[in-house]
Amino acid sequence: MVAQDQPMEKSSILTPFNVITSIILFVGVILMFLRFTRGIGAVTNLDNNNPWGLWIGFDLLCGVALAAGGYVTSSACYVFGLKRFHSAVRPAILTAFLGYALVVFALNFDVGRPWKLPYPIFVSQGTSSLLFEVGLCVFLYLTVLFVEATPAAFEWLGFKKLRTWVVRLTLVLTIFGVVLSTLHQSSLGALFMIVPSKLHPLWYSGYLHVYFFISSIFAGMSMVIFEGSMAHRWLHDKMDATHLAQSDGVVLGFGKAASFMMMGYVGIKIIGIAVDNNWHYLSTGWGAWFLLELIGFVLFPAILYGMGAREKNLTFIRIASLWTVLGIILNRLNISVIAFNWQLPSDLRYVPSFMEVGTTIFIITLGVVVYKFIVTRMPILYEHPDYKEEH
Amino acid sequence: MEFFTFHDFMTYTKGITYLVMGAILIFMPLYWLYLTDRDD
Repeated sequence: MVAQDQPMEKSSILTPFNVITSIILFVGVILMFLRFTRGIGAVTNLDNNNPWGLWIGFDLLCGVALAAGGYVTSSACYVFGLKRFHSAVRPAILTAFLGYALVVFALNFDVGRPWKLPYPIFVSQGTSSLLFEVGLCVFLYLTVLFVEATPAAFEWLGFKKLRTWVVRLTLVLTIFGVVLSTLHQSSLGALFMIVPSKLHPLWYSGYLHVYFFISSIFAGMSMVIFEGSMAHRWLHDKMDATHLAQSDGVVLGFGKAASFMMMGYVGIKIIGIAVDNNWHYLSTGWGAWFLLELIGFVLFPAILYGMGAREKNLTFIRIASLWTVLGIILNRLNISVIAFNWQLPSDLRYVPSFMEVGTTIFIITLGVVVYKFIVTRMPILYEHPDYKEEH
Repeated sequence: MEFFTFHDFMTYTKGITYLVMGAILIFMPLYWLYLTDRDD
């Protein structure tokens, strides 16, 4: 029985989810007010040594990497023809769209003056800057994701003609999405190639752009598996038989692919150490931290993914997906915050303020609330009965 | 390892890098077989 056939249940608005999210959103609105009325210095610990902090390191870098599930899943389904992953496309596209939308939303907190956000694209283009390329790609890809996400909204609203037109564009949009993602995922890593004296040598590499792109692929796969697991637990009643039947295949297929990609990633990270002859750093404290990231949060989950895919053990794969997501967050924070300015004395190092952390929690919560709002209303986890067998 | 010239450095690092790449080229197909040998 699919979601739209079920009778509406009369439930209290005072659920634990609603109460907790309301409190977080209320506090977040206050923090947002403080940020835009008193300036960035009033709410953050940023300074001239550390102009980028948690909002860039987590909200932007992790947000973009973990939103990679959109282009990974849609290219697997529509470009490589793996139709058995079709049921995962809409949730992945929605997550990617919300992820990128929140990245742009969070960027406003960091740069301020939101009305000037379109300036780099339409008024003053810095065509020699990697940041311009990232900005242009995110702008275009967010537009692509919005269009890719509209068929579900059109089915919900009953706009059949519009929906038909957009669905015809699916392959073009998917290819455009892969091209744009390849560009900006790698460019985010390439941004840090301008700071060889600030970023610790174990993280700094001439291959940073390759690392960011490759890691975004398995980050996206892991996020699709993790998000699917969460949806299974909390939104099981919204899924139709097709989605339920395909979900195990999606978990196994993505788990296997992620395992292989992560092993390759470990390999190219070792090549990076060899090329720059950074072996001696591995015996330092920073080396231990680097090995924790590479072995503890890439190699181990890759092995767990591999064991899960081989033994058809979905629990292994689901644990590995969360493990990998945490590893991606650790990697992006290491590059942008923790191993950045590693030579500064401890009193000059950056530690985010509680208001920065609060704003980040506010943005994540906003994403979860909007995701839940959409998934409980639109045909994301089930096929709309009017459009079945169209794929 | 001490280097006196840039050539020394490149010879050493490239040598190690090629060995690592060779190991990866052998390992990755074997790992793929490990992942897929129980597939139907």
